[in-house]
Amino acid sequence: MAGHRRLQLNEVGDVSVVRFVDRKILDEANIQELGQELFQLIEEDDRKNLLLNFSSVEFLSSAALGKLITLDKKVKAHNGKLKLSNIRPEIYEVFAITKLNKLFDIKDDEADALASF
Amino acid sequence: MSKQPAPWTIDRQIASVLGEGHRVLAELLEKLEAEGWSPRDIFGLRLALEEAVVNAIKHGNCLDASKKVRVVCRSTPDKIWIEVSDEGSGFDPEAVPDCTDDEHLDVPNGRGIMLMRNFMNRVEYNDRGNVVTMEKLRDASS
Repeated sequence: MAGHRRLQLNEVGDVSVVRFVDRKILDEANIQELGQELFQLIEEDDRKNLLLNFSSVEFLSSAALGKLITLDKKVKAHNGKLKLSNIRPEIYEVFAITKLNKLFDIKDDEADALASF
Repeated sequence: MSKQPAPWTIDRQIASVLGEGHRVLAELLEKLEAEGWSPRDIFGLRLALEEAVVNAIKHGNCLDASKKVRVVCRSTPDKIWIEVSDEGSGFDPEAVPDCTDDEHLDVPNGRGIMLMRNFMNRVEYNDRGNVVTMEKLRDASS
């Protein structure tokens, strides 16, 4: 498994809990790198269940949403589950405006999310 | 925002390199915070400017570093006015598919303009489609 620069990874049972190093996910180069690290978890490390904990994230742009959508497709193609948690209200609004709250399974906190796998 | 802030203008030209817009963004944020804009309004203005600048650099000027993007932010007593222009051939914003349609929900691109329209009070493109003008009213959300 390669090292991660943009992610912090923690295993809870058969779920890989991902936290983000960057508080603001908007720089294009960082988003590319973040996408590669997330995709690697599924495609190379063969993980099935991912929980993305957004507690540290204060800002994200539409380019980051694009990576999450691509990740969701990859997780589903590998018969896994992707869940999101701890999204602060301003960022949740971004998901709601774009109706991505319908595409993603979003839980209030990490415990709720882990219990739902 | 009880005290009426003094008008100001930020007018910058940046190269079409991703990340070049961050200095203008930082400059704008500093002024908004000093004027006491709400965190939600600052979040929305930041998102709208970020999306507009990335669109201009990436889709307008096609990442051609020799082409410039001009960003003008102007504060008046009742609003913030932002104009982002590029040297590209422009596009038709009406032709961008609605990313909230069920059939487009899982398409990774095309959400920037929708976010700009939701967080700003007015978003308009010129006929050519290479200049976007946005306005955010003070106290609009409070």
